[in-house]
Amino acid sequence: MKKDSTPASAARRAFLAKLGGAATCAGAVAGAATLGVIPAVSAPAAGGSFPTKDYDWTKHKWGFGVDATKCIGCLRCVEACKRENDVPANAHQFRTWVERYVHLEGDAAVHIDSQQDPVNIEASGSEKTYRFANRYKDAKVDKAFFVPKLCNQCTHPACVQVCPVGATYKTEDGVVLIDHDYCIGCRYCVQACPYGARYFNEEKGVSDKCTWCYHRITKGLEPACVEVCPVGARIFGDQNDKQSPVSLFIRNNRVQVLRPESGNAPNVFYVGIDKEVN
Amino acid sequence: MEPVIHFAPYTGWVYPNETVFEWSVLIAVYPYLTGLVAGAFTVSSLYQVFGFERLKPVAHLALLTSLCFMVFVPTPLLLHLGHPERAFNSTLTPHWTSAMAMFGYFASFYVALLIVEAWFAYRPFIVEQAQQRTDLLGRFYRLLTLGSYDLSPHAMGYDKKWIFALAVTGIPAAHGLHGYVGFMYGSLKSREWWSSDLMPVIFLFSAIISGVALLVVLYVASCKLRKITVDAACVKGLAYTIWAFIMVAIVLEALAFANLVYKGREGIEVIMEYVTGPLLVPYFLLQFAIGMIAPLLWLSYMIWRGTTGRALVTGVTLCALLVLFSVFMMRWNVVIGGQEISKTGKGLLAYHMPFFGKEGALVAIILTLAPLAMLFGLTRLFPPWADGAAHAHA
Repeated sequence: MKKDSTPASAARRAFLAKLGGAATCAGAVAGAATLGVIPAVSAPAAGGSFPTKDYDWTKHKWGFGVDATKCIGCLRCVEACKRENDVPANAHQFRTWVERYVHLEGDAAVHIDSQQDPVNIEASGSEKTYRFANRYKDAKVDKAFFVPKLCNQCTHPACVQVCPVGATYKTEDGVVLIDHDYCIGCRYCVQACPYGARYFNEEKGVSDKCTWCYHRITKGLEPACVEVCPVGARIFGDQNDKQSPVSLFIRNNRVQVLRPESGNAPNVFYVGIDKEVN
Repeated sequence: MEPVIHFAPYTGWVYPNETVFEWSVLIAVYPYLTGLVAGAFTVSSLYQVFGFERLKPVAHLALLTSLCFMVFVPTPLLLHLGHPERAFNSTLTPHWTSAMAMFGYFASFYVALLIVEAWFAYRPFIVEQAQQRTDLLGRFYRLLTLGSYDLSPHAMGYDKKWIFALAVTGIPAAHGLHGYVGFMYGSLKSREWWSSDLMPVIFLFSAIISGVALLVVLYVASCKLRKITVDAACVKGLAYTIWAFIMVAIVLEALAFANLVYKGREGIEVIMEYVTGPLLVPYFLLQFAIGMIAPLLWLSYMIWRGTTGRALVTGVTLCALLVLFSVFMMRWNVVIGGQEISKTGKGLLAYHMPFFGKEGALVAIILTLAPLAMLFGLTRLFPPWADGAAHAHA
């Protein structure tokens, strides 16, 4: 896929240019606020917009749903995410991944793997493309299912709590972002996340994680993983809109979240996962 | 070209991103150094504040040791950061909910306190040198007097009050600094191995024993180098201190482990698999049996038998070396061990420490020994020995 030839990427570049301008303005505002020139505000003033002039983050509350009963483990989401978000092309760092749970007949233990498993990497033949190896073809499978994972954009994110410089923060519309120009690369956030959602980008020297494709959703697009999912296992939308796919998904299903006991209050809602999934 | 990513082999089920170890041996060296700072300062305070006269021969050495190690405490962190040039952001624009953000303040305050206390403690010596020397060093000492040459009994009394006040303030500062390091791990709910309320206290007591043990080794080594007799009473005083604190350290760690096992929360099976497997040698054998129980028994034996002289000095020094090793293993087992147990509670990873490289064993060894080189230099400029001329505050 040639990213630069698509209209979407042209639009993305335009968006990023705007984002850069907005970040500069935000920096200037923050600097002025620090110096006491103007009163500090945590959210844009009424009628204002952020992060671009066409988008107001106070008007949205993004949510993500995962219907594990639909996921077929094709891993298109993982590959799309890697390309869309410039995630290092290796088998050890991901913004999103898919887990496979297999119960074999007569075996009490559940077998869990993901695309990074050496057997699966061998099957794909590359660390840049992903597939699940057909490793259970000769076994008698009692039950098996896939579970897509990504950042839970928690309401009480442990990663935000521990960041010593506030480089990672919660937006008004419910997404946890990282300011790569401010992150010091201590990796405390990587340790604090109970879901293993964060990784450290060695080349950039900063932490990174899923943003639900913030650069896309603030333009009215879907996250890349949602867009490429062929079976609709990933559901995204605005929870403020009662008719959005995610609102309907939450309303029409008995949903659950991962590790509710952590107190993080995750915002990725699951249907069809089993007791072993955490 | 060396690969950027060093991924870790694993067994069971681990999250894909966990296959890269993010906190290396340097993050184990960091609490080790802060622990030595806090422990050495404890010895200094036992003399300055609580009047343990038998510790007088090491009181100033303790202060200098604390200062030298404190200077190097930030170095493993700076080497570890992805953007060390942004390190001061955590102090300039701290994020108040972060345990880590406080480090800059704690560390700066404590370094300042140590420098001021050392200045007061060495003022008579500095003044004496400033007045006697005419060379370049004389100019250095004259600069250090800050214009104050008054060594009258009144001025000395005033200095003593300051030393006392700084030492008293330094106790909570040093112990706060280290307890807070423990809190950085204990407060994380993502890892069962770290998430313990006892973690700060465990760090604190292991810090104290490591600092006292370091002083035993430094004191005995300095006596050998200077070809003077080791003060057995002082060594015995330090041995008592190690004995008292090591007992508490063992009990606390045993209690924390018992709590973990007894509660048996999610993932305990993997933790048990870990401690009875890969961690058996580093944890039970090296850290506990050889590093803590053996010195405790040996020290108890020497106290019981009233051992003195050369046998006492040799015994306590060997015990101190074991304790120093044990406390490093404790830091290792917490920092590296915590990451070897997957957050999934269903898998184990294996950390392989590179020898070379920014975060390899060689750098870790250099960073641990560098404060000793600095101490060697500082003892030339500011002799901490109590046996020579009365150059420092008694």
